[in-house]
Amino acid sequence: MTEQWDKTMRILVVEDDKDAAAFIAKALGEAGHIVDVADNGEDALGIASEAHEVLIVDRMMPKLDGLQMVEQLRSQGIATPVLFLSALGKVDDRVAGLRAGGDDYLVKPFAMAELLARVEALGRRKGAPETQTKLTCGDLELDLISRDVSRGGEKIDLQPREFKLLEYLMRNAGRVVTRSMLLENVWDYHFDPQTNVIDVHISRLRGKIDKGFDTQLLETVRGAGYRLHAPG
Amino acid sequence: MRLVSARLIRTSWFRMAIGYAVLSIALVTMLFSLLYWNTAVFVAEQTEETIEAEITGLAEHYRQAGLFGLTEVIQERAQGQRLSLYLLTDPNRRPIAGNLNSWPAATQPGEWIDFDYQRPVGSRMVEHRAHAQHLVLPGGFHLLVGYDVQDQVRLEQRMRQSMIWIGALALVLGLGGGLLIARHWLSRVDSVNKTAGEIMDGDMSRRVPVSGTDDELDRLARNLNDMLDRIEALMTGLRQVTDNIAHDLRSPLNRLRARLEVTLMSEQDKEVYRDALNETMAETDELLKTFNALLLIGEAESGLDRSKLETVDLTARIADAVELYEPAAEEAGLVLEADIAWDIVVRGNPNLISQAVVNLLDNALKYTPKGGTVHVRAGKTGDQPFIEVTDSGPGIPEAERARVLNRFVRLESSRSTPGSGLGLSLVAAVAKLHGAKLTLGDNAPGLQVRLEFPAAAVR
Repeated sequence: MTEQWDKTMRILVVEDDKDAAAFIAKALGEAGHIVDVADNGEDALGIASEAHEVLIVDRMMPKLDGLQMVEQLRSQGIATPVLFLSALGKVDDRVAGLRAGGDDYLVKPFAMAELLARVEALGRRKGAPETQTKLTCGDLELDLISRDVSRGGEKIDLQPREFKLLEYLMRNAGRVVTRSMLLENVWDYHFDPQTNVIDVHISRLRGKIDKGFDTQLLETVRGAGYRLHAPG
Repeated sequence: MRLVSARLIRTSWFRMAIGYAVLSIALVTMLFSLLYWNTAVFVAEQTEETIEAEITGLAEHYRQAGLFGLTEVIQERAQGQRLSLYLLTDPNRRPIAGNLNSWPAATQPGEWIDFDYQRPVGSRMVEHRAHAQHLVLPGGFHLLVGYDVQDQVRLEQRMRQSMIWIGALALVLGLGGGLLIARHWLSRVDSVNKTAGEIMDGDMSRRVPVSGTDDELDRLARNLNDMLDRIEALMTGLRQVTDNIAHDLRSPLNRLRARLEVTLMSEQDKEVYRDALNETMAETDELLKTFNALLLIGEAESGLDRSKLETVDLTARIADAVELYEPAAEEAGLVLEADIAWDIVVRGNPNLISQAVVNLLDNALKYTPKGGTVHVRAGKTGDQPFIEVTDSGPGIPEAERARVLNRFVRLESSRSTPGSGLGLSLVAAVAKLHGAKLTLGDNAPGLQVRLEFPAAAVR
């Protein structure tokens, strides 16, 4: 399992439900991360430091709730990525979370694989500047300006949505991305359709970027999602 | 019930009645004061003027004709039953002439006095009130000229009495009327309260009695009853839904539990445990999906804040959904055709509309056999935007069409297909929220689902 998450992060989990916090800490720990836990917003403000790469914050907590806590954190100039956890799943709730300074929002109940994937994506965000104009992944190249995609110098024709999908996968190269993450970031859908429609899109994309190449870049991670292989 | 209870006094009707009673008494008092002033005071002034004129005349006569002349005139005027009174005395107040026997009281010259005197009425002597002025003539003679004001006194007395009676009557009528009205209204309001109490105690079938007069209380009662009917219908619906949910969630939970139990019955391979856990997790995911769908339906059904509705580009929403499902349709050997007009705009919640469109596509693709066609059409009939999804699947028998919009309803023929029976329920809820009309029709063969939105106010 640990080789899957090749970078160890220090993560602060702020969650008042002790059992839930323990499960999350265990899952993150098994993925190779170092985890601190706080059970309310006030304590979390004391503990949160520059050393943390991601904060996982429950929205409803005693003393200081998640929204207020993150607002205070942001007003102190701390920009550590925040993932909100919440039982409140309406679009309005999500918007409130992002407005308060959250970077991602996960509605309870959630799959641990989903949480891990999103935490990885958030932790990575810090290092990867979004201003670069060209994304590369091994011999796969994607030009954000000319919108050209090529592999091994061979041009690949992509539909606009396929381009967006590949761009998202390349920005998160080496990390697992879940179906929900793709639906949210590529299609702007904040719900999961009954039928698994994403799989077919992925296999189409795979047909365009992997077919005829020895190294398969786009793989399916069972029970979690997909991953674009970052060459080692 | 006592006539006046503390509750009655606390009613706004009663307080209003008291207010009116006080107001009418004040009005009556004012009216009478005016009347009193204009009659009694005026008559008294007239009397004084008459007396003053007579005194002036008598004094003038004294100057011209002397004491004897004056005495003669007074004797003459004092004859008979006239209402004027005279008394002429010497400086020691001994009477010389006049129709009064003695000086009534100690007076100062020029002073006005009121006094009682005995007046012969028939054979009896009756006490009358008089008003008079005292004059001193040259030579020290005193002259008292007065007027019998008994009639005026009586008039004033009567007026005062009338005023008291009318005031009392106004008070009694005001209070009594107020009481009666208050009691009447209170009893009707009480019947509403009684009904409300019985409903709160659990008898949802109670209704507020309507008197049949079609007054405002009747209209209130009718509105309350209509509201109660609606609440009762909603509660019955809710109870059914809750029962259905409990029932439909019990079976997968049972399955899940059975699997766990059987797995634990005997020692197994690690792989067997792993498989059992994986399958359990997958089933739990399905359950969670069902819960999420239920919550979403609830969210849509509870209605949204109207102010939060925004302008939704229906064209883009449908195009996105079609694009999302196109590969899956191709994979399943289906043709997904789209015929979408540009610039169709509705007021609504974009996320819910997307979800409804996705559910329609999901449904159509799921029930259409390989080789079939799913057609998505969107446009406007007149000002009304519509979206229509047709498939070439088995369709839904006409008798079942209304039923499938309910939660968890799945037709026997579709039991083998995966699904929660919530897809169309959500579409129905979203349609209702947006004031849109949802109709299921026959595509011969297949199902035709049509969603007609109200004409959008904004372009």
